[in-house]
Amino acid sequence: MIEIIELTKSFGPQKVLDGVNLTIRDKELIAIIGESGGGKSVLLKHLIRLLRPNSGKVLVDGEDITRLRRRALDRIRQNFGVVFQGGALFDSLTIYDNIAFPVREKTRLSESDIHDKVEEALLDVGLKGIEEKYPDEISGGMKKRVALARALITEPKIVLFDEPTTGLDPIMLHAIHKLISDTHKKYGFTGVMISHDIPEIFSIVDRIAFLYKGKIEVIGTPDEIRASGDPIVRQFITGSLTGPIEIVY
Amino acid sequence: MENGISLWHRTVAEWLRGAGSWALSTLKTLGRMYIFLLYSLAYVFVPPFKYRIFLRQIQFIGTKSMVVIFLMGSFTGMVLALQIFHTLRKVGSEAMLGPAVALTLIRELGPVLSALTITGRAGSALTAEIGIMRITEQIDALTSMALNPMRYLVVPKIVAAMITFPLLTAMFDFIGIWGGYLVGVKLLGLSSGTYFSQMKQFVDMRDILIGFYKSFSFGVLVLWICCYKGFYTGYGAEGVSKSTTEAVVMSSVLILIWDYFLGTLFI
Repeated sequence: MIEIIELTKSFGPQKVLDGVNLTIRDKELIAIIGESGGGKSVLLKHLIRLLRPNSGKVLVDGEDITRLRRRALDRIRQNFGVVFQGGALFDSLTIYDNIAFPVREKTRLSESDIHDKVEEALLDVGLKGIEEKYPDEISGGMKKRVALARALITEPKIVLFDEPTTGLDPIMLHAIHKLISDTHKKYGFTGVMISHDIPEIFSIVDRIAFLYKGKIEVIGTPDEIRASGDPIVRQFITGSLTGPIEIVY
Repeated sequence: MENGISLWHRTVAEWLRGAGSWALSTLKTLGRMYIFLLYSLAYVFVPPFKYRIFLRQIQFIGTKSMVVIFLMGSFTGMVLALQIFHTLRKVGSEAMLGPAVALTLIRELGPVLSALTITGRAGSALTAEIGIMRITEQIDALTSMALNPMRYLVVPKIVAAMITFPLLTAMFDFIGIWGGYLVGVKLLGLSSGTYFSQMKQFVDMRDILIGFYKSFSFGVLVLWICCYKGFYTGYGAEGVSKSTTEAVVMSSVLILIWDYFLGTLFI
């Protein structure tokens, strides 16, 4: 379980997170939605301490990772897999080496076992025959799949997705969503996904948290969010130009 | 009058605030750079060692710089011989051409020009490489895998520089001495025996060691600055471009300052 308690983060004078409280249950798939530039990715990065907060706590299975030293933090990080917005694949390595990388570095498996794991991971994400290509030689959709394969290969307990479908066409968007849903069912990880894909994500996640002005405005199941009477939530999920949310062009 | 005084006070206060803020930010940067260097050097001795990445860096910093070092070395030696020969002729000491070329190259120009050349060729590329890895979240990806990015991106490069800088400097000196030979002996008519025998007499092991210490420390210095600038790059393409420029300028200036300090130490 991940508990975020009164988390605040500022960049200079700009307060991005202003006392976020959120509990993420074991094995659930939760989406965090909110305005562009509203601090969703910043919040996600705090869950694995890629950023340190100004105040507040992030408890992962009861341990406050904001105060841990490097070794203890790395022990916690072993339980995480992250799919970054642009994939964050290592551009000097082939696709095969990218997926094999965490296994090679963190386990003592033989090369043949690693080979089997990479093949299985590629099969899970529906890719084949691109092992020897480099990240720059494959499409955006493929990169996201490879990033997912790399995140899942160590079978982490928690997977973080930072806008996994940004820049993809509608068909590829559905394909990636289905992939996340299928792998979530198969591996049973706790998934936290930053997304703008409304209403598409409503069909794959267990809960949705709406981040607004640095705080969690609403949290609930997709049905609860759909039925929400909160004018801010209504405006956001309908994409209306009129309402309490200020439109900044 | 009161308004004048208050305006003057405000201006001084503003200036002091600006100076204080600059001093604090500079101090913070220097502290961060110092810690970065300490970590980089400490991890050199802590396993696991990344041999493959280290060999790739040897190839990138070392092997790929050989052609440009060959060109720089040969022409530096040739120009040196040409200029020194004409000066020596005025005082009738042309026979000293060999030691003059060799000592200038081995003690000063070899280490300094090699380091400047490698900074331009490899240092800038390494800053850009690490900077791009930073802005495309590849460094975050390493961190999120519970792997220490310093071990992968900085340590192998620094160790490779510790080895390649002295070797490339030795190559620069060797080629430079032969460049000087070409001009002094083949072009200006000095005897081959005089060129080399005087060199043997005046160049000793201490001179060669001074050159080695200099090139070794330049290697650490250049890679420290270049890796640091890449690691803490700004946002986007502009941030990487700015870091790359800063890395090259800062490395080049520090090479010359550090060379002066070492020069006073070893004179």
